[in-house]
Amino acid sequence: MKPIEATNDFVVKFANINGSGSASANELFAKCILRMGVPVSPRNIFPSNIQGLPTWYEVRVSEQGWLGRRGGYDLLVAMNPQTWDADVKGLAPGGYLFYDNSKPLPKSKFRDDITVIGVPLTDIANHTWDDPRQRQLFKNIMYLGALSVLLGIEREVVVALIGEQYKGKQALLEPNVHALDLGRGYAEKNLQPMGLKVERRDNVGDRVFVDGNSAAALGMVYGGATVCAWYPITPSSSLAEAFQKYCAKLRVDPETGKHRYAIVQAEDEIASIGIVTGAGWNGARAFTATSGPGISLMNEIIGLAYFAEIPVTIVDVQRGGPSTGMPTRTQQSDVAFCAHASHGDTNHVLLFPEDPHECFEFAAKALDLADRLQTPVFMLSDLDIGMNQRLCQPFAWDDARRYDRGKVLTTEQLEAGVPFGRYRDVDGDGIPYRTYPGTHPTRGGFFTRGTSKNADAKYSEKGEDYVENVQRLQRKLATAKALLPQPVLHRAPHAARHGAIYFGSTSPSMAEAIAKLDADGMHIDALRVCGYPFADPVREFIDAHDQVFVVEQNRDAQLRSLLIEQFEIDPARLVRILHFDGTPITARFIAKAIGERMGKAEVTPIRDDKVA
Amino acid sequence: MTYLPKPKLHHPSLQRNAVGFTRRDYEGAISTLCAGCGHDSISAAIIQACWELDVQPHRVAKISGIGCSSKTPTYFLSASHGFNAVHGRMPSVLTGANLANRELMYLGISGDGDSASIGIGQFVHAIRRGVDMVYIVENNGVYGLTKGQFSATADQGSKSKKGAINTDAPVDMVGMALQLGASFVARSFSGDKTQLVPILKAAMSHKGAAFVDVLSPCVAFNNHPGSTKSYDYIREHNHALCRMDFISPRDEITVEYPPGELREVRQHDGSVLRLRKLPESHDTGDRVAAMNYLHACQARGEIVTGLLYVDAEAADLHAHLDTVPAAFNTLGERELCPGSAALAKINASLR
Repeated sequence: MKPIEATNDFVVKFANINGSGSASANELFAKCILRMGVPVSPRNIFPSNIQGLPTWYEVRVSEQGWLGRRGGYDLLVAMNPQTWDADVKGLAPGGYLFYDNSKPLPKSKFRDDITVIGVPLTDIANHTWDDPRQRQLFKNIMYLGALSVLLGIEREVVVALIGEQYKGKQALLEPNVHALDLGRGYAEKNLQPMGLKVERRDNVGDRVFVDGNSAAALGMVYGGATVCAWYPITPSSSLAEAFQKYCAKLRVDPETGKHRYAIVQAEDEIASIGIVTGAGWNGARAFTATSGPGISLMNEIIGLAYFAEIPVTIVDVQRGGPSTGMPTRTQQSDVAFCAHASHGDTNHVLLFPEDPHECFEFAAKALDLADRLQTPVFMLSDLDIGMNQRLCQPFAWDDARRYDRGKVLTTEQLEAGVPFGRYRDVDGDGIPYRTYPGTHPTRGGFFTRGTSKNADAKYSEKGEDYVENVQRLQRKLATAKALLPQPVLHRAPHAARHGAIYFGSTSPSMAEAIAKLDADGMHIDALRVCGYPFADPVREFIDAHDQVFVVEQNRDAQLRSLLIEQFEIDPARLVRILHFDGTPITARFIAKAIGERMGKAEVTPIRDDKVA
Repeated sequence: MTYLPKPKLHHPSLQRNAVGFTRRDYEGAISTLCAGCGHDSISAAIIQACWELDVQPHRVAKISGIGCSSKTPTYFLSASHGFNAVHGRMPSVLTGANLANRELMYLGISGDGDSASIGIGQFVHAIRRGVDMVYIVENNGVYGLTKGQFSATADQGSKSKKGAINTDAPVDMVGMALQLGASFVARSFSGDKTQLVPILKAAMSHKGAAFVDVLSPCVAFNNHPGSTKSYDYIREHNHALCRMDFISPRDEITVEYPPGELREVRQHDGSVLRLRKLPESHDTGDRVAAMNYLHACQARGEIVTGLLYVDAEAADLHAHLDTVPAAFNTLGERELCPGSAALAKINASLR
């Protein structure tokens, strides 16, 4: 078997043990390649524990800039004996196995069709350091050093990054550089160059490398959130923690040192959403971050906020469900649930960011929308976007931008006699006016309740009051359609009879799949939906194509169900393309699934749904 | 309950308080609770306390859960914003509201079902956090709106109206509040207005988590022989710890008492709590003593009422979080948005 030869286009998989300090060395590896102008896309694959269990870090190097998960790996850095067999088995034929050969392994542990590269990391570390923790940590930097030689990563780039990481901590900087050079020295002296290469390019531009949870947290800071209530849950915890970190830097009164934010780690998700609802009712911008199980718990208060019309912003960083499900794996399986969270006739606004850049943007937007629409707004991210660093457009903010606080009557307006009825549809858009508590001594007070009421917020069980109210809520959601981020169209180079609809973290793999299909002569138009309820162009897109593939990462084709529900479309025209094993969807999977369907369509000129 | 609407016109000679309101300005809609319900007496006491304290009605937010007790915010302070939330979740909604605007007074109105059963977790954590609020539990030991099931505060061995005996041990919310760090803890009885009104005034003047358990008999489902929450039973077993006078900061202290007969506690806002006939053994500033006293009374079969504990120097959640003095809902882009220059720096750090 000929060893794989590839420049700037391969996948490296690091197999480590959780808690061994490998994460920062692996991240350094990814950043080195970025600094050489070559796009990378790393993914953590980790278990739900802190120490001892296997963890993997997959880095896709792609000069062309494909950021989706590719599938398969060409170089394995096998640092975990526990998963050795399966890791070695999964390596692509012709691939490279990099391992610590301090202890000899029997021949049966290897394969004939791969290239084996051994470095005695443990031996070198044991010779160099006495402290067991240092031995472990510097082993990671040593393999980084050896890999940098093998792949052609410039030493100066690695040293510069280590320097940035340990800026001002000279005591840590020097031993790290020493460990790096030990690894490099060994590789230069003892190892043959390999067929995988990193070469300098200029394909990264001004993009930033950041995880979606940090980006969303920063968006909440910029968007003016002052109250955050949350309960720790993977994969969303790092969002609230990042909010804390950014607030400590950006939201402290420079003169007094007092905080312009309040973060409460609540006793559960019910309290989190209750706190956010109370704060929203009282005129502060507030959000919570959670995942599917948290949304399950929040349902009752989400219904209250919908029916009582209180601005609430919820970030759901989705993971595999149902129940505890797959806490450390990704899915898009809360879509239908969030769209209708709570009992009774409820319907919520959803936003689908595709990457950290949009996590930032949509987070700030969600706060505006919640105030404007006086309703819960969900941002549905997922583990793949939330917990992995992704190359994306830099964050942008227009200093002229003003927060949209929605329809709030001021003391002056109330004083001037502007008539007020909390649930009156004054403007015909379904959105009523509200007042903050404490605004005016005699005007604007009202009672908020989860029970039915008339347009003046008085308790009412009259059928006509109820119907008028819930129909107005429908009008309000219709108003929302035009305010949400609009769908993004990718048109095929040739007129296409087929379309594809996708959303969120599927985006990078979808782009790559479309390119692949195009190259194979199969042309499809693609539409990325960014929000729900769906904007009118989504309907037009479906109408303009014979068949539309709906690509999503759940079992039940949830987005497709919402499309059918909203547009009352013949279900046969919307073809399910579903991936739900907990790993991020790949371009290979999408192209194959769509390719097979289209191949079938080529020999069957009439539409699938017309076939008896 | 009555079907007659309340007259809108007030008698011109009604006395006005320092902020220009009559007592009737603190009223709400007419109660829909049963005639004789203890809860209506508590509403009346809240009205009286607010009027006497010269509270601006619109600077109060009244937040409740679900149940008979949670309906009552409709029956007082009609000029205040109210929020009838969902069952057992008043504490979290109130916490959020308090974070958004620390300048209002927060009245959390709840019942024993709302706070001791479904909402016990939220009760616990709101108290733990020291949310600046007056948390009132209108405690009747029974689910009224669903017609007479035992609640978690019903005493073991007490009898339901239908004759069933409660076999479960009761939750004592006063004991819990003390243990959880509430900085003002009192118990009172809806039938004792002279005790309840000063307690409410003191709680409203308190900075921090003030918890007031008010025994409030349910005339429809829990006022029969065999009940330990009936008017008769509470009157027979009531052990008033002390009498308390509330003296607001603007009042002049005129009556002099011989030393030893009273103790005074000065609160943050300058108000003075004058405690009379307090047992020599009891110190209201001593949490452990309050817990011991409570348990000793309980062991004797007595229901202790009055102010059990107050920490006049308590800090609240805002102090713990070190927030700015301004209400969050008044902050705008200038205070909250770090701007594009800061963002450019953040972008640079992510390359």
